[in-house]
Amino acid sequence: MLKLNNISKRFGGLPALSEVTFYVTKGKITALIGPNGAGKSTLINCISGIIPADQGSILFEEKEISGLQAHEIARRGVARTFQNLRVLPRLSVLENVLCGLTVKSDHSFLKAMLRLPALRHQERFLRLKAMESLDLFGLTKKADWPMAALPYGDKKKVEMARAFVANPGIVLLDEPVAGLNSEETARIGVLVKQMRTAGHTMLLVEHDMELVMDISDHVVVLDSGRCIAQGTPEEIRHNPLVLEAYLGKIGAAA
Amino acid sequence: MTTRDRLTYFIYHHRTGLSVWTLALVLSLFPFYYDNPYILGITNLVAINVIVVLGLNLFIGYAGQISLGHAAFFGLGAYGSAIFTVYYHVWPWPAMALSALLVALTALVIGVPVLRLSGHYLAMATLGFNIVIYSVLVQWDEVTGGPSGFAGIPPLSIGSLLINDEFRFHYVVWGVVLVLCTLSLNLVRSGVGRGLAALAVDERVAGSLGVNSAREKVKVFILSAVFASLAGSLYAHCFCFVNPDTFGIFASLDFVIMVVVGGMGSIWGSLLGAGLLTVLPEFLDTFESVKDIIHGLILVLILLFLPQGFITGLLDLIRTNLALRRRKNVKA
Repeated sequence: MLKLNNISKRFGGLPALSEVTFYVTKGKITALIGPNGAGKSTLINCISGIIPADQGSILFEEKEISGLQAHEIARRGVARTFQNLRVLPRLSVLENVLCGLTVKSDHSFLKAMLRLPALRHQERFLRLKAMESLDLFGLTKKADWPMAALPYGDKKKVEMARAFVANPGIVLLDEPVAGLNSEETARIGVLVKQMRTAGHTMLLVEHDMELVMDISDHVVVLDSGRCIAQGTPEEIRHNPLVLEAYLGKIGAAA
Repeated sequence: MTTRDRLTYFIYHHRTGLSVWTLALVLSLFPFYYDNPYILGITNLVAINVIVVLGLNLFIGYAGQISLGHAAFFGLGAYGSAIFTVYYHVWPWPAMALSALLVALTALVIGVPVLRLSGHYLAMATLGFNIVIYSVLVQWDEVTGGPSGFAGIPPLSIGSLLINDEFRFHYVVWGVVLVLCTLSLNLVRSGVGRGLAALAVDERVAGSLGVNSAREKVKVFILSAVFASLAGSLYAHCFCFVNPDTFGIFASLDFVIMVVVGGMGSIWGSLLGAGLLTVLPEFLDTFESVKDIIHGLILVLILLFLPQGFITGLLDLIRTNLALRRRKNVKA
């Protein structure tokens, strides 16, 4: 599905990522973990094209996507959420989810301004799709609320609904439970599992180990820009290299 | 569903269309109640400003960019019409279209490099563009008539009907406003409009939603420039005389103030902002010399207390409060 080969990125002289290689399997949740500054966010940004990688290749559905611009990558079916919530505060909940469908909608100003019947039909169809997505995330009743009136947890859900609505090939979830309490975290966990059951492929960046061990099928561990281990959650839990990265040498020995 | 429910639903569902038709009705009856040419002259000027502000609001309010140079496009439209009709004897309507086309090309050439900038830098670049155009209008007097202006522009006509008084011009200019208003409303309610709104939040977000930021910015810049150009042409044909001072940087600043007062990202707010700021000087004519200070003061007050602009700020407050109240009810 998504294959990263020898991805490297330097900021100035500082290596942020060096020769990272891993695969994301279709229909599975792959988690990307690592201590702060390990390069997880940089990697997500490289995949989604916000910052170009210096070296290596990223294959998505067997096609090279590294070097493409962010919007081209999005249009090929790579959706994402953001670590620090990026919703459109002035629009309603439904409109925010509709934004996720801009990858599918027409970009002609002229057609949009004339609002011909074909476009009206398309718009109605998109609205239905957006409502379906809202339904999945349990937000149907709040569809016409302004974003500002929603609690933080719901805003996170709206951002996720926006990422999933266009039925993308892969969704990159950048810390979906950061800042949420344990109850809300559990709810998001259930939702993410539901999305997997529905056939979605996800790459999850998360600090909440409990959640990661609970929901992921495959775990990749980054430390100082290097991929130090990968495997099932169970394997990772007992990997001495991972313990060392998180707890230091003494912790690993003990 | 009762009849009343159905009616409410119908009104809610077609609220945009109904608002436009109501506005059309009010505007078509307006001249019969106020047939005073002085008042109609002011409302016609309001309409011309509304056209500029509509376009500028798409650029500033929706797409989240800034331009302090739209008076230049306004001026290019006006002088374009003047030059084509007087020197080349083109009919006014084709001259208007021709000027708009040239302005669109200018906006493309300026926009591609300049829109790579953002924030203060973009403001300075567009301001600079305005100063350049203004200097050309003042200095190149063989063509533009220089500081004393350009006179003898023919009025518009429809068939054999000359649009040469305030009453007739009212219908033409407000007709154009209604058409452009509808087009703008359609635009912002489409996928393109939502892409622009995403652009205003963050270019990375826009990118992740498949929006080509660089391209969409240039497109909306061109669109707003064309609106300004059409307004300029109408201005030229309305007064049959243009003067560079109408198109200086203070005019640009006034347009931005109109956008902010009316409301960032509110099409209806554009009408209010342009209306308020155009009519205000008529009441404050004793303060003519401090006009710019008053406009600046309004801008500062709005930005301090309702940074989204007057209409938008108020609407947002009301909507959020309503939803919050409902949220409480749901919980209780």
